[in-house]
Amino acid sequence: MKVALVGNPNTGKSSLFNALTGLNQKVGNFPGVTVDKKYGTCKLPNQQVIQIIDLPGCYSLYPKTQDEAIVYDVLSNKNNESHPDLVVVVVDATNLKRNLLLYFQVADLGIPLILALNMNDLAEKEQVYVDADKLSERLGVQVVKISARNNENIDGIKRAIVTAPNFAIHSSTYAIPHTSQNLVDHISHQFASDNEYASLLLAHQYSNVKHLSKDETEQLDRLIEEQNFKSKDQQVEETIWRYNYIDKLIKECVQVVPKPEAPSLTDRIDDVLTHKVWGFVVFFFILLIIFQSIFSWAEYPMALIENLFSWLDQIGHSYLPAGAFTDLLLNGILAGLGGVLVFIPQIAILFMFIAVLEDTGYMARITFLMDKMMRKVGLSGKSVVPMIGGLACAVPSIMAARNIESWKDRIITIMVTPLISCAARLPVYILLISLVVPDDKVFSVFDLRGLTLLGLYILGTAGAVLVAWIMKNLIKGKEASYFIMELPVYRKPRWRNVFLTMYDKVKTFIFQVGKIIIAISIVLWVAASYGPPKRMEQIDLKYESSEFVNNHSEEDLDRMKSAERLENSFVGILGKSIEPAIRPLGFDWKIGIALITSVAAREVFVGTMATIYSVEGSDDDTTNIREVMAAAKDPVTGQKVYTTATAFSLMVFYAFAMQCLSTIAVVKRETNGWKWPVIQFTYMTVMAYLASLVVYQLLK
Amino acid sequence: MKLSDLKIGQIGVIKEFTDLALSVKLMEMGCLPGESVCLERIAPMGDPIAIKVSGYQLSLRKDEASNVILYP
Repeated sequence: MKVALVGNPNTGKSSLFNALTGLNQKVGNFPGVTVDKKYGTCKLPNQQVIQIIDLPGCYSLYPKTQDEAIVYDVLSNKNNESHPDLVVVVVDATNLKRNLLLYFQVADLGIPLILALNMNDLAEKEQVYVDADKLSERLGVQVVKISARNNENIDGIKRAIVTAPNFAIHSSTYAIPHTSQNLVDHISHQFASDNEYASLLLAHQYSNVKHLSKDETEQLDRLIEEQNFKSKDQQVEETIWRYNYIDKLIKECVQVVPKPEAPSLTDRIDDVLTHKVWGFVVFFFILLIIFQSIFSWAEYPMALIENLFSWLDQIGHSYLPAGAFTDLLLNGILAGLGGVLVFIPQIAILFMFIAVLEDTGYMARITFLMDKMMRKVGLSGKSVVPMIGGLACAVPSIMAARNIESWKDRIITIMVTPLISCAARLPVYILLISLVVPDDKVFSVFDLRGLTLLGLYILGTAGAVLVAWIMKNLIKGKEASYFIMELPVYRKPRWRNVFLTMYDKVKTFIFQVGKIIIAISIVLWVAASYGPPKRMEQIDLKYESSEFVNNHSEEDLDRMKSAERLENSFVGILGKSIEPAIRPLGFDWKIGIALITSVAAREVFVGTMATIYSVEGSDDDTTNIREVMAAAKDPVTGQKVYTTATAFSLMVFYAFAMQCLSTIAVVKRETNGWKWPVIQFTYMTVMAYLASLVVYQLLK
Repeated sequence: MKLSDLKIGQIGVIKEFTDLALSVKLMEMGCLPGESVCLERIAPMGDPIAIKVSGYQLSLRKDEASNVILYP
């Protein structure tokens, strides 16, 4: 048996879902769209185990967003795999009127229902008393008073599910208007529908319904035109009719004791949090905390994960026999796995903050504060948090963009977030800055190297704003972009929900994004470790010859050999072949190789440089790499390779280029296909190339 | 008079809408003809605004609010 939870946003639907399912829940995607599908199991008092689906929050069955369209499809389309046998409509007793609109629309679809009356305690504090028995009698369905937040009477819901009828026994309320009756009859006949309201809704929404064939859509087009059906007028008529009906019902079932109007706690908090000055101060402070945490709190667990993997790598190298298989296992798979798991701390921390912001109601205020500013460049107020997160890492930030309801705003946010300079660019910036920027002070206060670094961060942000503005004008929105949004009452965060959000996001990332990352890292590893067999054989022979073995220490031999193997691997060959293209940017083939290997992750640049120049000491030791790079000379011209022009060109390239396969993988998952990641990779690479070209040609 | 012309704390009663598509969304959210609305706050940069309607707080942009006509 399938039970769906339906309700307005902020009604405590997720709390009820968590209370019913506990940890027996999963998050997937509804097919074809990136809307979270949360489902789980629940055991009833009669030992029956049922499936619970938490549908996205919505205000009506006339969808305005992707989330709402899902609810409409699941409830009205009997062939949808998530179509429920029973619906629990969760309503907020403090706002019964607006909540009941959705209830009656769902009720008229003829699915068996239970009404969960949530937040009754809060309503009674406001002197609003709902007579649940009378409401139940008038609706013809069971009404269960619960407090989902405090886990109260969850058993009442379970008992109601057990005793609920198998088919709808409540009568429908809204009568199809005469003018539309003919059309509704036609549609009911054609689609073999036994529910008139479902047929009416189909007449309204068929152009957005995915499961219809082209023929069916065309037939409906004809019918609508023949019958002169005016969708919007009809919606207005229905909404007004329903609210009149609800008003009468509320007069009968709800008693309100009038009380003097006093500013509520929420009003008083809002006086500060949406204040001209304090609002921004608080917001800035909160952003600072979030940024600091994903930057510094995550550092320790990330180091722990990295150390664990290097320990496993050492163990592997000392216990497994040397050979291709061990190499694949350790340098391909294990390294790829480490690259996935290292993101867990950042994802968990960012989503902890986002869950708290959403749960308390502050996220809606951020949108309220920032909307005007962000709208100018084509973003939404909700884009602010993902973009600030982008300063640490684009991966969790792009996942966080799911909180943006508007499809267009979400896509633009996803597209520009990787331009914000993330933590992985820092090692590259630091290496190159220390190579060419003198350790001087400007006006004896500002550190010149620090200023250069700041300049790179500003450059990235400016790039993001520019691209967002361009995309705002290029991308056509699929849905009308309304701002109309509820500002919910402030509430304490529910730590259980916060924890479950973190858990879900980490799990989703590992299982859905992780496999793409591992697959691509294996491919990259193969390309960097293997080359044309003949060449590789020659290298092996060369380093086995007595001339080499006798004149060099074993360590030196290894280093020189890996440098030469990389140079002759497939990646090396590719790096050399792109040299003509990157020459105008001031890059030689060695940089070309590093550009290709660092598609895996930007920080790989440093390690690759170490290998190519066969630097002594560990990869992390930047000083040695810097010295070798500083001394590097062009074999033909005899001039320094890393001039100021080349280093700046390279930094600008890294500021703009999409050198991160984890981001590519997460964008693929979040946009549901390869279209957007390909567009993103292309535009960022082109942008990086052009910007580097300009910088090099100007500074040369 | 339009909803966007209200001053903070001022109350008005909705008469009609000038945009059909927008009116559907607003009505779903409880902004019906005959309903009284109160302007509660304006965002620091002058847009959007927040109104009290049927017992809760709703925010909308000024250009959306300018489609809501109030009784004079």
